[in-house]
Amino acid sequence: MERKVILSARDVVVKFRVRDRVLTAIRKVSLDLYEGETLAIVGESGSGKTVLTKTFTGMLESNGFISEGKIFFEDQDLVQIKNNKTWEKIRGSKIATVFQDPMSSLNPIRTIGTQITEVIIKHQKKNSKEAREIAIDLMDKVGIPNAADRFNEYPFQYSGGMRQRIVIAIALACRPKILICDEPTTALDVTIQAQILELIKNLQKEFGFTTIYITHDLGVVANVAQRVAVMYAGQIVEYGTSHEIFYSPKHPYTWALLSSLPQLGIKGEKLYSIPGTPPSLFYEVKGDAFAQRNPYAMNIDFEEEPPFFMITESHFAKTWLQDPRAPKVELPSAIRDLHATIVKIYGKEGV
Amino acid sequence: MTSKEVLLSLKDVTITFPKGKGVFTAVKDASFDIYKGETFALVGESGSGKTTIGRAIVRINPVAKGSIEFEGKLISEKLGMEETKWVTKSIQMIFQDPATSLNERATVDYIISEGLYNFHMYKDEDDRKAKVLKSLTEVGLLDEHITRYPHEFSGGQRQRIGIARAMAMEPRLIVADEPISALDVSIRAQVLNLMKTLQETKGLTYLFIAHDLSVVRFISDRIAVIHLGRIVELANTEELFKNPLHPYTKSLLSAIPMPDPILESKKVPLFYDGSEHDYSTDLPSFVEISKDHFVWANTKELESYKKILKI
Repeated sequence: MERKVILSARDVVVKFRVRDRVLTAIRKVSLDLYEGETLAIVGESGSGKTVLTKTFTGMLESNGFISEGKIFFEDQDLVQIKNNKTWEKIRGSKIATVFQDPMSSLNPIRTIGTQITEVIIKHQKKNSKEAREIAIDLMDKVGIPNAADRFNEYPFQYSGGMRQRIVIAIALACRPKILICDEPTTALDVTIQAQILELIKNLQKEFGFTTIYITHDLGVVANVAQRVAVMYAGQIVEYGTSHEIFYSPKHPYTWALLSSLPQLGIKGEKLYSIPGTPPSLFYEVKGDAFAQRNPYAMNIDFEEEPPFFMITESHFAKTWLQDPRAPKVELPSAIRDLHATIVKIYGKEGV
Repeated sequence: MTSKEVLLSLKDVTITFPKGKGVFTAVKDASFDIYKGETFALVGESGSGKTTIGRAIVRINPVAKGSIEFEGKLISEKLGMEETKWVTKSIQMIFQDPATSLNERATVDYIISEGLYNFHMYKDEDDRKAKVLKSLTEVGLLDEHITRYPHEFSGGQRQRIGIARAMAMEPRLIVADEPISALDVSIRAQVLNLMKTLQETKGLTYLFIAHDLSVVRFISDRIAVIHLGRIVELANTEELFKNPLHPYTKSLLSAIPMPDPILESKKVPLFYDGSEHDYSTDLPSFVEISKDHFVWANTKELESYKKILKI
């Protein structure tokens, strides 16, 4: 199936200067984003998932820089953009971000209304009356009851879930092509989380944007994503369709992530936990970054970095286990029949 | 199961806060027992009053009505000095956010020793040091960590320090307020395993406060679901997952994010706003509908719940 690539990153390397040292946060990552899809990027904190997407909007912290690679978006290499003026034409208007914490991403001393209209006036050249109409319409769309009455209220008068709805409204105000959701529901309750995920899905159908989810919650991933990329120590180590990643994962790190989910825990037994910690990215990583924590590691894992092996046309894994010379390793028993296991644990109530 | 011994007992506990000129009732008539050695979970969304109950048990929030008994002694009223010490020592708390619950300017040694200092729980300096090291080892940290400061640790390690601090007091009951919500996926499993191991080796009892039912299923023996200050359902974990009765419990269960795309694609989240209840004449109460399964319902609802349970 031919699908249109809307954004394409090629061998991107991102480094940060920290005091006198250099940390390599992203180590040669390539990624294609297809128009209209929902891609989830998963990984533990520090794996680089947020840093990677910040390069798409030019929002790296001042001590960070892209040292290698290209990022193509609408016939333009985003890496070459040097001034903020050019970035402003893309950030917010074509690629927008919804951040994790709705408490801190809204200005507490300005009304909800002005925070939405500000964006519309700036990017769409509307006057304040038109902007107000668009804003109220947006508030309505993201599910704020009595939008017109609540237009002049302040963020503290809104609950956490409502605030996140406003952040989404602001992000969508300019009809962006790509919406990056950086842990959009981590700070919210489970019931509110379900509502927000549902909302983003419905808005995506209506507005037709492409979504990137950044999350460490595999439950959220299963709900929203068509494709999944798993990140570890600054690299994508496996990517594929959501079904491929959940039901036939190939990378031992993906196995470990899935196995450690409390949802799969069996009472009275130990939950699987990944031993050790990720490698320090201040030093060059030799071989496979996950080797130290990988129970299936082979000698070569400590010597040489594995390439991507193709599993199917859409599924790739960066692990030596896929090499024809490697021993055949079975999926860990906890995740072998994921669907059957979950149905067994939760019965029909899980649905 | 052997005969169950009640460690903590709440009876009709109501907790209020002043709000303007009136009062705001955060918790309404909460009643439950926690048995020795079990993990009892209190589940609800933010603002439901679950933390307020936890804080009332450690005597931070005063109780407006009702009583809290710990090991048969009333602890929800003014206590003498000796009794206060005894309660403070026996009930310890583990907090949600490992970043803000530790004193940034104190070494790990001091953080863990603070309780020991306050209650003179050591014979001499060597004894104190030995106790600190013992509790560090128990949570999987190293001796050399003793001189370090909280900012030198990762989130998971900080949570371990928080647990070590609680353990040093040799408590009987631990109130764990969302202890893993702020942690990374891979760290969550480690901390949950640690809490389980400590419970087994020390015979601890946990009150586990959380908003996520999936975590609670794995760790707890019994679950109470709380909504807007009211406990709406209480049952053994298996029973609650198998036969949820109250519509709010059902909506919480339906909201659990499942790591299973097939299930998730079929998922229909249930929303609960309380409008399905008609409590205008037929008033609800907290009823034991089947053995150890309590639900907040009126006569009419009880009838329909009984049909579901086929009793």
